[in-house]
Amino acid sequence: MADYPVIYMDNNATTQVAPEVFEAMTPYLTELYGNPSSMHTFGGQVGNALEKARQQVATLLGAYPDEIIFTSCGTESDSTAVLSALRSFPEKRHIITSKVEHPAILNLSENLEVMTGRRYRVTALKVDSTGRIDLQEYEDALSDDTAIVSMMWANNETGNIYPVKEMAQMAKKRGILFHTDSVQAVGKVPINLAELDVDFLSMSGHKLHAPKGTGILYVRRGTPYVPFLTGGHQEGGRRGGTENVASIVALGKACEMAGARMEEENTRVKALRDSLEAGLLQSVPKSILNGDRENRLPNTTNISFEMVEGEAILLHMNLYNICASSGSACTSGSLEPSHVLRAMDVPFTAAHGSVRFSLSTYNTEEEIDFVLEKMPGIIETLRDLSPFWNG
Amino acid sequence: MWEYTDKVQQHFLQPQNVGEIKNPSGTGDVGSLSCGDALKLTLKIENNVITDAKFKTFGCASAIASSSILTEMVRGLRVDEAAKITNEDIAAALGGLPKEKMHCSVMGREALEAAIADYRGVPLPAVEGEVVCECFGVTDVEIKRAVTESHLRSVEDITNFTKAGGGCEKCLGRLQEILNETLNEVEPIPVVPMPKKRMTALQKIKKIEEVLESEVRPGLKKDGGDIELVDVDGDTVIVSLSGTSDSSGATIRELVELKLREKVLNTLFVEEEK
Repeated sequence: MADYPVIYMDNNATTQVAPEVFEAMTPYLTELYGNPSSMHTFGGQVGNALEKARQQVATLLGAYPDEIIFTSCGTESDSTAVLSALRSFPEKRHIITSKVEHPAILNLSENLEVMTGRRYRVTALKVDSTGRIDLQEYEDALSDDTAIVSMMWANNETGNIYPVKEMAQMAKKRGILFHTDSVQAVGKVPINLAELDVDFLSMSGHKLHAPKGTGILYVRRGTPYVPFLTGGHQEGGRRGGTENVASIVALGKACEMAGARMEEENTRVKALRDSLEAGLLQSVPKSILNGDRENRLPNTTNISFEMVEGEAILLHMNLYNICASSGSACTSGSLEPSHVLRAMDVPFTAAHGSVRFSLSTYNTEEEIDFVLEKMPGIIETLRDLSPFWNG
Repeated sequence: MWEYTDKVQQHFLQPQNVGEIKNPSGTGDVGSLSCGDALKLTLKIENNVITDAKFKTFGCASAIASSSILTEMVRGLRVDEAAKITNEDIAAALGGLPKEKMHCSVMGREALEAAIADYRGVPLPAVEGEVVCECFGVTDVEIKRAVTESHLRSVEDITNFTKAGGGCEKCLGRLQEILNETLNEVEPIPVVPMPKKRMTALQKIKKIEEVLESEVRPGLKKDGGDIELVDVDGDTVIVSLSGTSDSSGATIRELVELKLREKVLNTLFVEEEK
């Protein structure tokens, strides 16, 4: 294992901190340690750095800086948005989401339903076998009782992109708030909130080459808002807690870089993904692509290798230091395969053997070639062990 | 990332005895694709001795390693010896498994059991019973057995070992019931009769004086010390100690308390009057 350099194709899990990002943040971990809320110049200059970062995030998203609230992670942003909507409209008791959301939304809405004795009602939109939702089902679900719609922009496992623009429009017509968990989308596909009817958007720093432990919540000007973390007057009273200054500076820098790399992400990285995907589907028999081929993130491919189990595949890949993820039950310690693949009705023969490759700007053609060289042998070795494989 | 032992890694990366024996003496086919793991074990048995064992497994590293080591464990054993192998034995041979993966060793034991039953031409005990977990098709007989054999103490343990309750979770309540029932059968909670002696205050004081006189004072006197009963207030016995250093006083107080609890009443406290 030590003989092989790390080939990191798990960027939907987390990303490498970009060297430029690291460089931008380090002064705020060393000499510039002041508290941005302080009256003195020493602290105040740190406040200026926060405002610069806010501007950088706003630019990437097509938002006003005052619409950006810094949080600790995507999960916090998700909870803040949904709970804010419920508190703003206490008479409304209905939430619409989808069956393929990240657990940050899925478990939150389930808890809201169960822990309040079903005071809240949740509609989780179904998906078809490619993971697409049915806009008609969505329209039918919208009601006067609906407080908020929460629909992910892009799915972490399949990379599927959802029709957020249309869905937000439809919600707005009915006077319903719209939230989108865009943790996987920001930096990978262009987002221009100025043109959308989105009220809340969540993102996370560590998915786009900033460190873990920082996120943002976008709240559209004029959208009713109730803070989740109350406390000090930080973030204009919208989120208490001393700011994670260095990481926020890093997040700002990462957003600036993501904007500059957007073109490359959708050309070079996409081409790498496409050649990896085509190569695997061609060289490994009985391999199936999971997801929506047309509407997908440029960096993600999710492939099922039938009749073998994902954890076993990952551990064989690990011998070559190739990093990826699986929707198999065994990798998580749960006993059922990924909720996303199950919602798509991917047959069990394939769901347990799914592998997600998620690339970044740091991947190279040589790495793709290496993975393409090793994967067929790994799958063959495991299939030779499988009682369900008949050659 | 799971913490796998070197033995697990070794048997996962270089599995032994992979394949299927032609015309086997016994076959054990357990698990399914939907469950996420499955094992087909074939045995060749001559003169009641397992002369060959081969496996094919669909599953994670621990499922493959459990199968591989199982084939090594049974080779050369008499059938009745092999029948005694438990899932704990399989896990132990691997140097242990993460607890969430114990069901992989259970699958090994089940396949062995099925293969031996097939060889002997008898039905499997596990098929009997009522299916409790619909998602993974686990019966109450299997669950009770796992609780007893592997000393399970929680519903989470049951899920780790048998997979029952790991899907829709509808059966969790029933699993708790089975757990409680089985635990009571295996190991009835001992009912320790608590002696509830009732004494009059006078009897109590008299008895305390007797014990102090006959069993405490002689020992203390030997070391140049002494003890006097000052008062008895409910269950609190107040004594004064003399001729003892402060540090030994505390220990003596404890010893006196123990003695009085043993001989007079187990609810007594001893305090030292300074």
